[in-house]
Amino acid sequence: MPRPVKLTRNALLSTKLPAWRSRLLLGLMAGCFLALGVRAFWLQVWSNDFLQRQGASRYERNLEIPAIRGKIVDRTGAMLASSLPAKAIWADPDDVIATPEQKFKLARLLGMERRELDRKLAEDKNYVYLKRQVESEVAGRVAALKIPGIHQRNEYKRHYPEGETVAHVVGFTNVEDVGQEGFELSQQQRLAGKPGSRRVIKDNLGRIIEQIGSGREPQDGADLALSIDTRIQFLAHNALRDAVREHRAKAGAAVVLDVRTGEVLALSNWPTYDPNNRKVLTGAQLRNRAITDIYEPGSTMKPFSVAMALENGKVKPSTIIDTAPGKLTIGTATIGDAHAYGALTVEQILQKSSNVGTVKMALQLPPQRMWEGLTAVGFGQPPQLGFPGAVAGRVKPHKTWKPIEQATMSYGHGISVSLVQIARAYSVFARDGDLMPLTMLRQDEPVVGVPVFKPETAQAVRKMLEMAAGPQGTAPLAQIPGYRVAGKTGTTHKLENGAYANRYIASFVGFAPASRPRVIVAVMVDEPSAGQHYGGQVAAPAFARITGETLRALRVPPDAPFATLIHPVDPVRESL
Amino acid sequence: MAKLNVLLMTILLTCSLLLVTSQHRARKGFIDLERAQATARRHEVEWKQLQLEQTRLAKHSLIDAAARRDLKMQPVTPERTLYINATPPAAGSKTLAR
Repeated sequence: MPRPVKLTRNALLSTKLPAWRSRLLLGLMAGCFLALGVRAFWLQVWSNDFLQRQGASRYERNLEIPAIRGKIVDRTGAMLASSLPAKAIWADPDDVIATPEQKFKLARLLGMERRELDRKLAEDKNYVYLKRQVESEVAGRVAALKIPGIHQRNEYKRHYPEGETVAHVVGFTNVEDVGQEGFELSQQQRLAGKPGSRRVIKDNLGRIIEQIGSGREPQDGADLALSIDTRIQFLAHNALRDAVREHRAKAGAAVVLDVRTGEVLALSNWPTYDPNNRKVLTGAQLRNRAITDIYEPGSTMKPFSVAMALENGKVKPSTIIDTAPGKLTIGTATIGDAHAYGALTVEQILQKSSNVGTVKMALQLPPQRMWEGLTAVGFGQPPQLGFPGAVAGRVKPHKTWKPIEQATMSYGHGISVSLVQIARAYSVFARDGDLMPLTMLRQDEPVVGVPVFKPETAQAVRKMLEMAAGPQGTAPLAQIPGYRVAGKTGTTHKLENGAYANRYIASFVGFAPASRPRVIVAVMVDEPSAGQHYGGQVAAPAFARITGETLRALRVPPDAPFATLIHPVDPVRESL
Repeated sequence: MAKLNVLLMTILLTCSLLLVTSQHRARKGFIDLERAQATARRHEVEWKQLQLEQTRLAKHSLIDAAARRDLKMQPVTPERTLYINATPPAAGSKTLAR
């Protein structure tokens, strides 16, 4: 039966499409979706971390929070060194567009020559420091000029309000705020602190809009309290400066120690420098002579020889020793006194500073004993000051000693010490026989020393030292009205290339009040050249001034009547 | 069904608006915090500056110079000082050392 034909049927309209085309299309579309899926998986899962990081780096910032360097204060809390924010002003020379008037103003604000500024702006770099450590106020005015290409960066500037007075103790930092000298150098770790950081989100204008996580707080540097007392430091500084100028000396140093606590109350050097302005610095200015320089102590060594002889029972304070004829020959060398005194008691030997008498006492001691004694009071070992460059001094090992060496050492030649060392060593006399440890950091408690001599020995030597600083001794100028003073002068030829030159070091080490010592003061003047060179003439007056003013500043009650001081016209000359 | 959709839509919109406002408030709060911290830092620096200035003005050399030069003062010397004993002798008369 024929199929019924529909009216609308038209053979022309019916197309016969191959079935595979639709399947191909379906396949292609499915393939596309699959590719999209894979891509999505790739982005969302596989490389998600990477993309998240990339994104974060476009809006997140790691900000470093600088730590502020700790302050250095003195024992009373007065500021010795402190950091304040400052700006580094830098330029990208290619970007700088400035009118001549702007450049003129900029140069004036930065305190530069116009030519220097032009030279810096002509440099072929894209980061040129114009000036570092500019005060915030000046930096604000520079910013107000609005010169394109001139930028600022935050940094810190160290200020030293006490300036040259305590320069050698405090030291200084460089532009990067890293310690270079003194306590700034030795306590760098403690003072510097640790910078902190935090992650923040910034908007398109660079404003911080959110902080991510808690971040790391910066740890500011710890403050440092020194044992220095700025009042006493100032007194010592002035007295030393005047002494060096008056005697036209090359240099000088002075140390003030607290007998009870072992603290260094003042440590002064001349020449000195201003740590705030270090454009021209010489090595001589930087040198901390009291700690880093060694010298032959001369007669200031004699009390130790006498104390060792007393301690070992070789002599008593009243033992008479014949020093006539003022000369003594050991081997091929001859030791001499300034005057021939004849028979002297041990007390008088120290009072008149007789070399012959001292040598006669010292030679009764075995070398090893003497070496042990010198080592016990700290010679030959660097003092533990927590300070860079503290020297040990030089004491030869006793096995190599020749008799003449032992003899000269007993009056302070052929042995080298630093001023701080000898000042500390005098604590055995000031403190009833024990050697106190030194510190330059504030310490409120009295310290316990290491016993070296018996208290009787120390008291006997203390009495002799008081005689030496009296009218009959070598240093009548060391007397202070109202206080009993004990101390010893020292005068030595300077060693130059192994030979003694005709230049001198005058020194004085002593303590006061003698009845109950409170401070030890040591003064050393290098190459006095105004005619006088004896320790009793050059260093003793400076000692008296520093000690007197220090005792009054510390409000130590006077222990002597206020009699008029006797300054003999021609005091006893010291033996060299 | 339509009612539920409307309800859900309303909840969604409210939540979105709340999210936006709280975000905004968080940012404002954060900015205030930042500003307060900056002020604190500024005060700290100022305090340090003042401390430094105090030390500078109280320098012994300055005081010394001012006392000597401008005020024509002289340092105390023991010669011109009366020392009074802390423990007076039995007689009741004070001992003066001069």
